[in-house]
Amino acid sequence: MSWNLDSDRPIFIQIIEKIQMDIISGLYHPGDKLPSVRDLAQEASVNPNTMQKALSELERTRLVYSLRTSGRFITEDTAMIEHLKSELAKEIIAQFLSNMQKLGIQKEEAISLISEISKGDCHDTVRM
Amino acid sequence: MILLECKELTKKYGNRTALSNINLQIESGHIIGLLGPNGSGKTTLIKLINGLLEPDSGTVCINGKPVGVESKSVISYLPDHTYLNGSMRVRDIMDFFDDFYEDFDSMRAYDMLAKLQINPNHKLKTLSKGTQEKVQLILVMSRRARLYILDEPIAGVDPAARDYILGTILSNYEETASILISTHLISDIENILDEVIFIQNGMLRTHASVDDLRQKEHKSIDTIFREVFKC
Repeated sequence: MSWNLDSDRPIFIQIIEKIQMDIISGLYHPGDKLPSVRDLAQEASVNPNTMQKALSELERTRLVYSLRTSGRFITEDTAMIEHLKSELAKEIIAQFLSNMQKLGIQKEEAISLISEISKGDCHDTVRM
Repeated sequence: MILLECKELTKKYGNRTALSNINLQIESGHIIGLLGPNGSGKTTLIKLINGLLEPDSGTVCINGKPVGVESKSVISYLPDHTYLNGSMRVRDIMDFFDDFYEDFDSMRAYDMLAKLQINPNHKLKTLSKGTQEKVQLILVMSRRARLYILDEPIAGVDPAARDYILGTILSNYEETASILISTHLISDIENILDEVIFIQNGMLRTHASVDDLRQKEHKSIDTIFREVFKC
């Protein structure tokens, strides 16, 4: 139950996102061996078929590769991981800007708010 | 590989049609939710698969063979009502199952009893309703069957034990076996399901992959159920 999956989106997509995140954040290092499908499914409290599907998809994108007898491993292509990281960062920022837009805050204002907060000028917001 | 096949299955009680022209195939290696409102025909379907009812027309095949002694030996069935003798001790019921079913794994059963802190020396009827349900589920899940059919398996069980039981179902899962679960507690089990079957007024309404449904509707199975069967 530690995986916190939403039930309104396909589970296998959320598993892919979670494992991508674990790779980007360095929980898994390049070349690390992944636990077995069964163990991962148990940990995530999901069906092993769903876990299998997610891992196959990760393999298809080459983020994970499998050696026939010894299991699945994280890619050793660090450039690929870096690329994934910057793609994800862009996505989060685009999402943030669209949320700001909903509040009626334009791009420039949002950016200046960011620098204000990151400097620690805006204590109230930080405390929140 | 097709484990269960229902063809044009119809069952009537008097002049009331409980199930109408059900066509259904279940492959091995899947966990399937059998969902539908009260009185939609879930238990009737389950009883037909277990040979406890005779269809008015149509056929049920398990592993390519019609319902019979052989099919019963590969189906592990948790009915919606208990049939166990309440004055028996849990230990004796374990022995009973061990004698009765060739595929019963008593090591597995005792292990689960210990995990759920159930004393095998207690008589069944002295246990709480929820604990009695746990015992029954342990018995059913400790068989090495091909098809597990669970009719409302977790209804009376507390949320923590529910998690343990679902974990047990997942860890005991084998590619050659399938599990058919009928329940109203959809949100508790939907993450472990491969497929769902919706039954309404005795008719098969949907049989689809859980992730496909979620992707198409952008909603949980629980929400879809509430919308489809809105009263």
